[in-house]
Amino acid sequence: MKLDPTRIVEFLTGDAQADRIVPPTGFTARLTQFSAGAMAFLCVFALALSLATGRLAARWGDELARSSTIRISAPAEQVAAQTEAALRLLETTPGVKSARALTADEQADLLAPWFGPDLPLDTLPIPQLIEVIEAGDGYDAAGLRLRLSAEVPGAVLDDHTRWRRPLVKAASRLRMLGWLSIGLIGVTMAAMITLAAQAALSANAQVIAVLRLVGACDSYIAQAFMRRFTLRALSGAAIGTVLGMAVVLLLPAAQEQGGFLTGLGFRSWHWLLPLFIPLAGGAVAFLATRAAARKTLGELT
Amino acid sequence: MSYGGGELLSDISFKLQPGSFHFLTGPSGAGKTTFLKLCYGALMPTAGHVRLFGADVRAMTRDDVAMMRRRVGVVHQDVQFLDHLPLADNVALPLTVSGRDLLSENSNLNELLNWVGLRSRADARPPELSGGERQRAALARAVIMSPDIVLADEPTGNIDWEMSQRLLQLLVELNRMGKTIMIATHDLNLIRAAKSQVQARVLRISNRRLQLAGADL
Ligand SMILES: Nc1ncnc2c1ncn2[C@@H]1O[C@H](COP(=O)(O)OP(=O)(O)OP(=O)(O)O)[C@@H](O)[C@H]1O
Ligand SMILES: [Mg+2]
Repeated sequence: MKLDPTRIVEFLTGDAQADRIVPPTGFTARLTQFSAGAMAFLCVFALALSLATGRLAARWGDELARSSTIRISAPAEQVAAQTEAALRLLETTPGVKSARALTADEQADLLAPWFGPDLPLDTLPIPQLIEVIEAGDGYDAAGLRLRLSAEVPGAVLDDHTRWRRPLVKAASRLRMLGWLSIGLIGVTMAAMITLAAQAALSANAQVIAVLRLVGACDSYIAQAFMRRFTLRALSGAAIGTVLGMAVVLLLPAAQEQGGFLTGLGFRSWHWLLPLFIPLAGGAVAFLATRAAARKTLGELT
Repeated sequence: MSYGGGELLSDISFKLQPGSFHFLTGPSGAGKTTFLKLCYGALMPTAGHVRLFGADVRAMTRDDVAMMRRRVGVVHQDVQFLDHLPLADNVALPLTVSGRDLLSENSNLNELLNWVGLRSRADARPPELSGGERQRAALARAVIMSPDIVLADEPTGNIDWEMSQRLLQLLVELNRMGKTIMIATHDLNLIRAAKSQVQARVLRISNRRLQLAGADL
């Protein structure tokens, strides 16, 4: 079946007569709807988790690629010489792609958030910063520290990549886990709808026999069941999604330093993504019921 | 034809002439129902060929069978309905599933319900009906599409003489309109009554064969 919007609308609105041929089943209908809702609710969180950890991994990954820094704190008259020495040393360090002393303006920019823009930096003993960009697998931090302490006594290596690398890895894993959960939720939903549809089909064996006797095509019979389960899944998933999004909305807002825990939520257009959950739920129900109906009907005379 | 044990029906060569009126008799268990089922594609022959409207049943798809059944009205021996729908909807079911406009057929439906004496029961659910009422309803459902052929399996099994006369009347009238009728029955009186009105032939299943019975009934 092609994805033709008019046909989908036609399918969902259906005709009232065809709808009535399958006996109403209040309780199991609500069970199906509830399960679809619960799955959608979980799916919202799995999605939020995947997106949040994705963002985290990307941000940390960025900073990782960016650099480490060397801080040179020395008496004012020695700073320039020690900076020179450090840069020379870095040039011959394997694993360092490039190194560069930050200009006074750049340093002022970095400090502005803490001390305000009006601070007379040139009169203060600000340590000189050197930005080190790694190459490939990076450098041997311990070795570099040893050499620095021998040749540039005022240098301190600030190596944030070392503790961030495993975090980025963990974030990526977590994101994968999130997507895996979404996949599992989809499969579970398909299994659940298949079971429900199969139960409905066998409970309605007489209905199907009568319909076949009076000349109903398989597709007509199947559609009656498919419509019912698709609508149940669609409505259930819609409710679950809305509730899930509401809960995500009520989570504490992300903070600059909060990192992972407070960052669990959607950003800007990502809020549109969960809206696809009910559609996906409906599609899963449609396919699962169709497969179940085809199987059951194919076995009849 | 066999159900896995011995042969039930064999050596049958028979062609149902359009516009004919047949009775099918034979002892219980002889295979009348089985024969009718072969005639509307509910069973596949285990040997030999069955052609329905010129098409071999074995070559028919399930949709072909569905289309064929819109041209064949069937009254089962154990009539079944959609128990959750009122009688009128059940009688109109063949129209519904074939996508016909129910509104335009409404007068037709009412007339038909009148005919089988079920007008007043139109809103009843099938489980609330008596055995005879169910059979009359099944007949109404079988003919609402104005099929080319009507196959009825013991249609008068549960109804009194007067009502069976009326049903027969309906079938005779359909036959006069050119429909082909085949009725499986044990009721010799019914056959006699029919013979006075139409040229009815009597087929008899015995010894696994289908024989044309003489005029001695
Ligand atoms: N689905 C089936 N599987 C196995 N055997 C069957 C099946 N249906 C019918 N039979 C057997 O085939 C034989 C013929 O059955 P059928 O229903 O055609 O008889 P009938 O002539 O209609 O009898 P009655 O007058 O009692 O309705 C019977 O012995 C029956 O037990
Ligand atoms: Mg029988």
